[in-house]
Amino acid sequence: MNLRSRPYNHSELAKRLARTRRDFLRDAAGLTLGSTLLRSPWARAAVSPSKKKVVVVTFGGGARDQETFAPEGQANIPHLMRDLIPQSTFFTQVVNRGILGHYVATASLATGVYETINNFASLPPQSPTVFEYFRKDLKRPSSDAWVVAPSNGFNRIGESSHRSYGAGLGARVILPKHLLTAATSGRASEYQHLLRDNYETPFYAPQLEGNEFELQQLELMLKLSVEDFKNHAQTLSSPDELSLYIVRQLMRQVAPSLLWITMHDIDIAHAGAYSLYIEGIRRSDRLCSDLWKTIQNEPEYAGKTTLFILPDFGRDSDEDAGGNGFQHHRTGDVLSRTTWMLVAGPGIREGVVFDRAMDSTDLVPTLGTMLGFSPSFAKGKPIGELL
Amino acid sequence: MLPRDLKLEQFAGYPPEARKLVTNYLGVLQQLPPSFAPGLLRELIDYDFKFPAERKAREKELASLSALSAGQLKEWFRGFAEIRLSAPLEDFDWVKSPAQFVEQLSAHLWSSHQLDAFRKASNDYADRLRAAVPPELPPIPRLGITVIGQGVESYDELLFHRLRPHGAYFSRVKPEDGLRRLLDSVAARAQAHPAPYGHWYIDGGEEADHVPALTCVSYKALEPARTALLHRIQTESARPGMGPEALRTLLAQMRPADLGMNKVDDKSTDEVLNRFEVSLLTEGSGTQIFSTSFAQWAAREALRRAQPLTLLVRFAPRQRQKPMNELLSAVAARPEFDFVGSLIDADMGAYYNWLNQQRLPGAEQSSFLVWFEGHGQALAIGPSMPRGTESTSVADLGQLLAWTV
Repeated sequence: MNLRSRPYNHSELAKRLARTRRDFLRDAAGLTLGSTLLRSPWARAAVSPSKKKVVVVTFGGGARDQETFAPEGQANIPHLMRDLIPQSTFFTQVVNRGILGHYVATASLATGVYETINNFASLPPQSPTVFEYFRKDLKRPSSDAWVVAPSNGFNRIGESSHRSYGAGLGARVILPKHLLTAATSGRASEYQHLLRDNYETPFYAPQLEGNEFELQQLELMLKLSVEDFKNHAQTLSSPDELSLYIVRQLMRQVAPSLLWITMHDIDIAHAGAYSLYIEGIRRSDRLCSDLWKTIQNEPEYAGKTTLFILPDFGRDSDEDAGGNGFQHHRTGDVLSRTTWMLVAGPGIREGVVFDRAMDSTDLVPTLGTMLGFSPSFAKGKPIGELL
Repeated sequence: MLPRDLKLEQFAGYPPEARKLVTNYLGVLQQLPPSFAPGLLRELIDYDFKFPAERKAREKELASLSALSAGQLKEWFRGFAEIRLSAPLEDFDWVKSPAQFVEQLSAHLWSSHQLDAFRKASNDYADRLRAAVPPELPPIPRLGITVIGQGVESYDELLFHRLRPHGAYFSRVKPEDGLRRLLDSVAARAQAHPAPYGHWYIDGGEEADHVPALTCVSYKALEPARTALLHRIQTESARPGMGPEALRTLLAQMRPADLGMNKVDDKSTDEVLNRFEVSLLTEGSGTQIFSTSFAQWAAREALRRAQPLTLLVRFAPRQRQKPMNELLSAVAARPEFDFVGSLIDADMGAYYNWLNQQRLPGAEQSSFLVWFEGHGQALAIGPSMPRGTESTSVADLGQLLAWTV
């Protein structure tokens, strides 16, 4: 067997990858192959547009098929396989054609434009974000759009530098780790496991600048005392668990219509320890299921919320000699650019899989059509299968 | 600056062997596109400190390029010529700092959406070069050995599952003196087929006794250098204006002496190996904190760069996961080990070791053995081993190796 890296046809490989995902899913979760000719019953859903809610979950640090949807990986995602995917429309080929760094890729997802900002600097996206379109077009207050993000680098994700939008029109941003650091005055060693840093650049964390949520607002807005926050945090095992705890509190107390959560436990893969990467996948799988249950159990969300789950991009394949397998996402190969998206909620067809190629930037226009705003600077196209 | 403007005096700061090589091939360097030439210089500037296999590859590459006509060169580099550089990159002094240029070029390729075009140009070039200069087969078939699971008392999950389709699984291996038998076999190969940097032993913990004919790298031996590096990183990270790019540049410029690895008057110092070791710590991700990441990356880099005839890699337990800040703080606390997690890391590492060995010339004749240390499970891959099979034969590791090679 000679595994020397060979040239490839990018789109052909991406299609093959998508077909493989579809086959895995059809075998394991009993999904049916969707047709683009079928229209979503979204339009027939009983929820009035003004009451619709959307929750978007992105993973900072994708997971590859062999650790997730492939037969040998399915043991790592029991909740997605058993609970979520059968209730969802699943897209097997979401291609990210932009820069594969977590902050800039999340910014691209949130703007519908491939952003070119420095991944490692504290900068706002250049194009208007989904939060700005949502708030400006629909005249929503700042309490109606929130981001819960993992690390200091994401503190400016909620609001762009675009001159027609920007200041005062963005989302509120909560950085749970920053909040916990403030709550414990940075001294409590028993919380250190929840304060793991950005794995992409473990040596560096940018200074906070922007519209982040302050500790004083914890009690005011989330009805959570600093002491309760600290006590509960001690029962959690990872930064993403801390994020989900904050998300639940936010859903109960503020109930925003547009909620964006970025997880990043999986990104421990950058440290090269495969077992920790797998642990991250299993935890994310469980947390997604918990979130879906929360959505169904919270009166403000039940029956009127669409959940989107998608990694920001993939990870390098084992076959590309330029990378080091699961560890990074640096080669720009097909596996690192191609990922998936799961959508569930009222009016979304259940147990259907689509394997046509779609673009990461299609998310914002889709949200625009669903919620009734016009993302005029976004480059993607609304996903017809959901509308 | 454009390659056509290159002059010999610009290479005055290069080490002597590198300067000689550039002098011999300046004509062809002047004809290369600006998106390609700095990448080649990045390899040449460290030529004096490269392994023999790398040196030979660069010499053949340059000889091959210099034999091309102007028309052929244009055809070979058409893809690279179409890459657009930014004004700052065009003004960059890439002769003096080719590695920094390449780092900035990488960022530019991502942000200007030219990465795919650059990848294609690179693949096309590699194919042409491979056709023009067919890879040299090793004098003896390569042998890779990976030892995993040190310290794990029992493990009930399936091991080697990615490798099983490619070889024979043995469930009744006699583990007694296993490591010693493997090291003896490796030593015998090294003595029978001596080659500089041809036979390697990488240990993710403390190295066992071994013959000097083996090139040895171990996590334990590099502990002072790792500690020095982590201290330096902490100090530099705290400086105003220090961002990740600047830190990466700083790390890339580190030399063994910066980490206290060799003294100026130490004549026995192996500068080539020391620079390799520094690169494992400064270019690898996680190698500074997790021994399993270190062992896997060291094996990957040894295979890629030195192309050894023999490579024995022994994984050791890594420390438990802690917050990254704590892991990077280099506090000399007694680490708590994650034995099972390390076994899972090493099982994947063994697969990567085999994959990386198979990328080298002579892959069809290569052999590979992975053993669960202290236990009876092993898997052997080689031309004589039936694929996807299982054996209950009782054998010690010396015998198993003899069947495999």
